[in-house]
Amino acid sequence: MTDEPLLRVTALSKYYGSRIGCEDISFDLWPGEVLAIVGESGSGKTTLLNCLSTRLLPTSGTASYRMRDGQWRDLYRMSEAERRFLMRTDWGFVHQNPADGLRMTVSAGANVGERLMAVGDRHYGNIRATAVDWLGRVEIDEARIDDEPRAFSGGMRQRLQIARNLVTGPRLVFMDEPTGGLDVSVQARLLDLLRGLVTDLGLAAIVVTHDLAVARLLSQRMMVMKDGHVVEAGLTDRVLDDPRAPYTQLLVSSILQV
Amino acid sequence: MSDIATYNFAYLDEQTKRMIRRAILKGIAIPGYQVPFASREMPMPYGWGTGGVQVTAAIIGPEDVLKVIDQGADDTTNAVSIRAFFQKVADVAVTTETAKATIIQTRHRIPEYPLTEGQTLVYQVPIPEPLRFLEPRETETRKMHALEEYGLMHVKLYEDIARHGRIATTYAYPVKVEGRYVMDPSPTPKFDNPKMHMSPALQLFGAGREKRIYAVPPFTRVVSLDFEDHPFEIQTFDQPCALCGAAQVYLDEVILDDKGGHMFVCSDTDHCETRQACGHRGHLSPDILEPAQ
Repeated sequence: MTDEPLLRVTALSKYYGSRIGCEDISFDLWPGEVLAIVGESGSGKTTLLNCLSTRLLPTSGTASYRMRDGQWRDLYRMSEAERRFLMRTDWGFVHQNPADGLRMTVSAGANVGERLMAVGDRHYGNIRATAVDWLGRVEIDEARIDDEPRAFSGGMRQRLQIARNLVTGPRLVFMDEPTGGLDVSVQARLLDLLRGLVTDLGLAAIVVTHDLAVARLLSQRMMVMKDGHVVEAGLTDRVLDDPRAPYTQLLVSSILQV
Repeated sequence: MSDIATYNFAYLDEQTKRMIRRAILKGIAIPGYQVPFASREMPMPYGWGTGGVQVTAAIIGPEDVLKVIDQGADDTTNAVSIRAFFQKVADVAVTTETAKATIIQTRHRIPEYPLTEGQTLVYQVPIPEPLRFLEPRETETRKMHALEEYGLMHVKLYEDIARHGRIATTYAYPVKVEGRYVMDPSPTPKFDNPKMHMSPALQLFGAGREKRIYAVPPFTRVVSLDFEDHPFEIQTFDQPCALCGAAQVYLDEVILDDKGGHMFVCSDTDHCETRQACGHRGHLSPDILEPAQ
């Protein structure tokens, strides 16, 4: 592991008119590190994620990313072509609703293969073999390779979306509520799978979630957001076991015990 | 034609023709790029060739000789109507012979007779966007063209192979023009795709409802997309034309009776007639069948 971060965010702010989306956010993300952003609805965590993934342009502040060649690039000064190339090779984005991240009308195999074809792979046999391999890794039966995601359950769709994102070997993956809308047993399986993949591949990830259990299981570090500001940041276990900010204390104590 | 001055030459007014010519010139300058243009209402419904008719009207002159084909045939309703339209509004000479025509307006075919320098082929295009059925957002497809993001086009071909074991797209087969833009060659059979490559004729495409014009200038590279292990192939027929005996041409299946009888004949009627006039015969030619009866 290098001693340089992968992503460096400085004083990032996004305003919707006079309302605050998120304000003055700064942090570094290191290679192989999973950062969870937690907070209630409307706390600005998705705005922040969208700014970081360049799906949204911030009002002010900078975010620099260390490219594969070691060069630091300012994300908001890159050309659109470069940004889009980055998004389909070195990055991944896992949407809460798999239908937003998948092509629902083409087969599972083509969904996984799309990124490969986008970077110039023109050998059908190789693309298919890679797709089979990735479906196996996310625990989807190889026999379903020619089925459309419409025929898949929610959990399978989410796993397919993950495979589709990881096939080009990205270094950074953004996840927006990856377990939202799934029932608890499916959630547990997905989290287990995600944790395995993140460790095996040495992925860095930024996971937005309102579920503290997800943060606990996946992330090493977390940021707690409220009203567009970071109220507390630190190691996940420290924040959850010894919350300092009053809001975090409230959040942690709101977890239902079964 | 009556003496009453009813229409401008070739139906469209001069300003409109000028606007269309500018779009055509831009299209020629950027081969394969879809140029938006202010498509006009034409005296025929959308889907009947309004785009092609506007392109033809913009480029035709009194000295031109026009040929119009529909699925390769000169004698079908669409071809006859458009030919009559230009005879009436432009008073131009018309022909069915490919070699004699200066402008050929076509729906679905490129003539079998090799086109030559100086000829112009005008295609009627229903859906100019090759990415349309994979990406419904026009804003997104334009961006994909601009940034040369064509991975999606191969997703379609991948789907074909996954479902049918081979590339099953037989018409509107996507091509890459001069190494840059991916283009929909209109619903011509993929049999005709190789004829577009390095063609000495100018090829113009007009989509009336979708309001787009694009072009392939003479001697331009046109390459059909494929996979390394599933290369592009054109259709082959295991029998020659039943009327003129031609092989290596595109054939239409014609149903003869309700007992399963059928025959394959040239889709290009002019090509078939020319060959028959030269004495070529197929196994169902009338003068071969009649002596037997």
